[in-house]
Parts: sequence; structure tokens; C-alpha cells
Amino acid sequence: MKVPLAGMFRYGALSILGVLCIGPIAVMVLTSFKTQAQTFTPGLSFLFVPTLENYRDVIFDASFGRYLVNSLIVGVVATLLTLLLGCMAAYGMARFSFAGRKTLAYTTLMLRTVPLAVIAVPVFMIWSDWKLTNSLAGLILLYVAVNLPFTIWVLYGFVLQVPVELEEAAAIDGCRPWKVFLRIVLPLIRPGLAAAAIFTFRIAWNEFILALVLTDRSTRTLPVAAALYVTDIGVEWGKLMALATLIALPPLLFTFLAARQVISGLTAGAVKG
Amino acid sequence: MNSNTRTAWLFVAPATIIMVVACLYPVISAVRLGFFEWSMGTPWSEARWSGWTSFQIAFTEPSVWRSLWTTLKFAAVSVSAEMVLGIALALALEANIRGMAFFRSLFILPMMVAPIAVGLTWRYLYDAQFGLINAVLGVFGVAAQAWLAEESLAFAAIIIADIWQWTPFVFIMVVAGLSNVDASVIEAARIDGARWWTTTMRIKLPMIADVLAITLVMRLIDAFRVLEVIYVLTFGGPGESTEVLSLHIYKTAFIGQKLGAASAISVLLLAVVMALTWLALRLSNPLKDSEGDR
Repeated sequence: MKVPLAGMFRYGALSILGVLCIGPIAVMVLTSFKTQAQTFTPGLSFLFVPTLENYRDVIFDASFGRYLVNSLIVGVVATLLTLLLGCMAAYGMARFSFAGRKTLAYTTLMLRTVPLAVIAVPVFMIWSDWKLTNSLAGLILLYVAVNLPFTIWVLYGFVLQVPVELEEAAAIDGCRPWKVFLRIVLPLIRPGLAAAAIFTFRIAWNEFILALVLTDRSTRTLPVAAALYVTDIGVEWGKLMALATLIALPPLLFTFLAARQVISGLTAGAVKG
Repeated sequence: MNSNTRTAWLFVAPATIIMVVACLYPVISAVRLGFFEWSMGTPWSEARWSGWTSFQIAFTEPSVWRSLWTTLKFAAVSVSAEMVLGIALALALEANIRGMAFFRSLFILPMMVAPIAVGLTWRYLYDAQFGLINAVLGVFGVAAQAWLAEESLAFAAIIIADIWQWTPFVFIMVVAGLSNVDASVIEAARIDGARWWTTTMRIKLPMIADVLAITLVMRLIDAFRVLEVIYVLTFGGPGESTEVLSLHIYKTAFIGQKLGAASAISVLLLAVVMALTWLALRLSNPLKDSEGDR
């Protein structure tokens, strides 16, 4: 028994909220297609001839290619390693009882919320000691470590939902624990793996402060390049917004392709799906 | 549940080793560094034990207290605004209507954009001369403001950007919580003559109290960790008006080169965040299972 008016109100309100959420993102994208002169025109103008010159300038900048490759390597490798180690650990913690399990579980959860500013100083010191500063490997190691707690958290919930009977049946048929894990559990927790992958990639791709501290000219990632760009060239808004758009793009694409997984990741642990 | 300890550790060991080496060890080092006098670039063997000196100096420093106060204000104002807005919007719009999935995917976009890109975009939006915010306010006859150049406005600016980015999170959490509320309970109350306001306040919100609590704590934790958007938007300025603890730690360590002091402040921030995390775990522990704790 729904009054049509109430429905209209709902859609109206949802649309306004949608516009507010998209607004700043739209300004970022629109500005990236404007000439320098147009970016200094006050207010919002949709009527302009889009130009690709900002993208041309940004992309054909001598070092952009290197930063992009760095960001991609760090993002992809860190995500794959985190998923691999994370799903193994989640399975071990969900399906085995062993000495130290509780300590491990609580330590993992506490590590999830450590402020990155707190570990920036010691990490700089330790990584210098281990000759890991200014290397992509050093950054990847750090991103795997800070992303594992969340990944284990999400995947643990998914492993628990796998019917134990399936695993027991496989074990009775002579499957070793590794085979049970690979053949039965992994395929069933795929949605969880997708959610964890999106969140890990998002952090590794977006992260700024640790990358700023740990990289140099040759190992810099895109967010660091963007922040330094401001001080280097001042406020060339067209170019800055083009760079910001390029950085924002991959996580936004994932969100559109897999919104359900993103939401299951956001609500993981607090709301039963 | 399987109790083969050796197989279990084969599964958990790789992740455990990485977390201990590259996350737990740095955290412990952050605390330990506070007790040493050491300057960056010199070998660790030259570090000198300095006891509580760094802590004493750090906590008599007015800038530390100011930064803590800024962080507390930031967390209190932005998180309460996000909770009120997010809950109100979720209650008004939760009904499972066609296209809700589409709107939800729009709402999560702000959270997914890189903080650096968010900071840069808002910096452009707040621009005193050609920013969109002043242009919109101008339509309503409000004079142009120098948003990022005046202390109280800059503080408002970082809060508005945070509200934009994180209110959708509260919305998504509350909608997810409400979708688990048994519809027949609400229906029964309605048949008994309860009005919308009464069902909301007496039934719906109490039934999702645990979701609300964990959402609040998760938002608080993130508000205390905030750094990157502010780094780009104001870099703590003007003056120190937007210098939150994370940024203060960064500046003290990497600009001021005062590592002991930075670590002492780190311990303060770590203590606040860990206390909140402990609270979050009390409220909702995702690693708890039906068999109870062993």
C-alpha cells in the first residue's frame, strides 16, 4: 500500500544525495578537460569545448610512465600476496584449533587500526636498516602487512559460512587439508576474495604517507607524484585534476563493476550479510 | 574443528610472519623510539637512552595539546554530523525500492576516491576566487570567503570534506542493519497503532543498536587516524588550526627531525586508537565463532 507521492519523494531525495556525492567527483573530471584559462573562470560551467591537453601534458610528462608503472606493480603485487597469505590464514584460524590462536586473532584485529602516521617513523628507520627504502619491494612488504588484518577479517567470515560437512566429506574421501582448501573452500569464498581484493588494491593504490616517506624519484607512486606536483608547478588546476582523475579512476571502476562486494567489505564484521 | 597444530600453523604462519615483521615490530619500535635520543640518518647504535625525557618535553609542548584538541574537535564534530545525517537519511530512504542498488553504488564512490585526489578536488572547490563553493554561496547572496586562509573556516572546510566522504558509510551500515530487522515486528507494531516516529525510536533503532555502536566506533577510529586529505587540503594551516595529531607527528618527525618527540606523540595517538579498537572488539568481534572462545 504505497502512496505514489512517497515514492516520488524517495527518488527525489535519493537523486539529490546522489548528485551531492558525485558533485565534487564531477568537478574533478570536468576541470580536467578544461584549458588553463577556463579553470580560472568562477563557478560551474558545463559549456566548454573539452580539451585533452591536460591529459597529454600529464601523460607525456617524462616521469609519469614510471610513476604509473610503480603504482601498478605495487598495487597488483601487494593485492595478490595479501590475498594469498590472507586466505590461508583465515582458513587456518577458522578451521583449526591450535595453541596461540586467540592471541593471534586479537593481535591481528588490533593491528587493523594502527594509524599509519604512527608507523611511518619506525618503518623509515627499520627499512633504512634493511636497505628497503626507495625500493618497490619495501613498499609492497609494508602494504601486505597493513592490509592482511582486514583481509583476514573479511575472509574469516566467508570461510565460516562454508558448510563444514563439505570439507569433512572431502577429507573422508582422502583429501589432504591443502586439497580441501584449494578445491572446496577457495571456490566457495570467491565473493569474499573479490571484496578483499578491491579493498587491498584501493589502499595500496591510494596510499600516500608511507609512500612519501619510503620512495624517491625512481620509485615514487602516483599519489606522491600528485602531492609533489602541487608544490612543483603551483595551481595548474587542469593538470592537477587530470592527474587526480587518473588516480581516482581504477578504484571507481571497481566500485561500479562490483558494488555488492564493496558493500560486503564495508559492512564486514558488523552486519551479518 | 581440526586440532592438527602443525597443519594449522602452516596455514597461518606466512601471514603471521609478515604481520609481525612489518607491522607489529614497527608499532613496538614506535613506542621504544620514544625512550631514545636518535637523529635520522645516523646509525641506530649511536642512539642514546633518554628515559621519559621525550614524553616530558612533548607533553609540556603547547602545540601537542593544541593538536590533540584539534583532533578531538574534528572527531567530535565530523563524526556526530555523519552519524546524525547518515541515520536520518537511512531511516527516511531505507525502503527497498527499485534502483536502490544503483543509488547505493553512487553513495560509496566518495569513499573509494584516493584521499590525495579528494584533497586536491576540495582545494579547488574551496578556492576563494574561482571555487564552486563561493559561486554557489554567491547565488544566495553570501559574500565570497577565503575558506582555506582563515582559521575557523579552514577547520569547517576539513570537516565538510570529511562529512562528504564518510556520511555515506554510516548510511550504508544503517541500511544494512535495518534490512536485517524482522519486518513482521514492525508490521505488528503498526497494526497496534504505533506511529512512524514511535516504531523508529522504540523498535527499529534499539534493534540495530549494536550496528549503530560499531559504526560510531569505526568512524571515531578513522577520524583519529585522519591525515592524507588534510595534508593536501591545508597542510595543517593556516597557523596550526587544522593540524591533527597524525599530521603533527609527520611534521615533527620529517620536517622538525625530532624523532623522540614524534614517537612520544605517536604513543598518545596509538593509545587513543587502541582504546577505541578494544571497544570495537567488545561490541562486535568478527573472529568470534559459535563454539565460543577457547
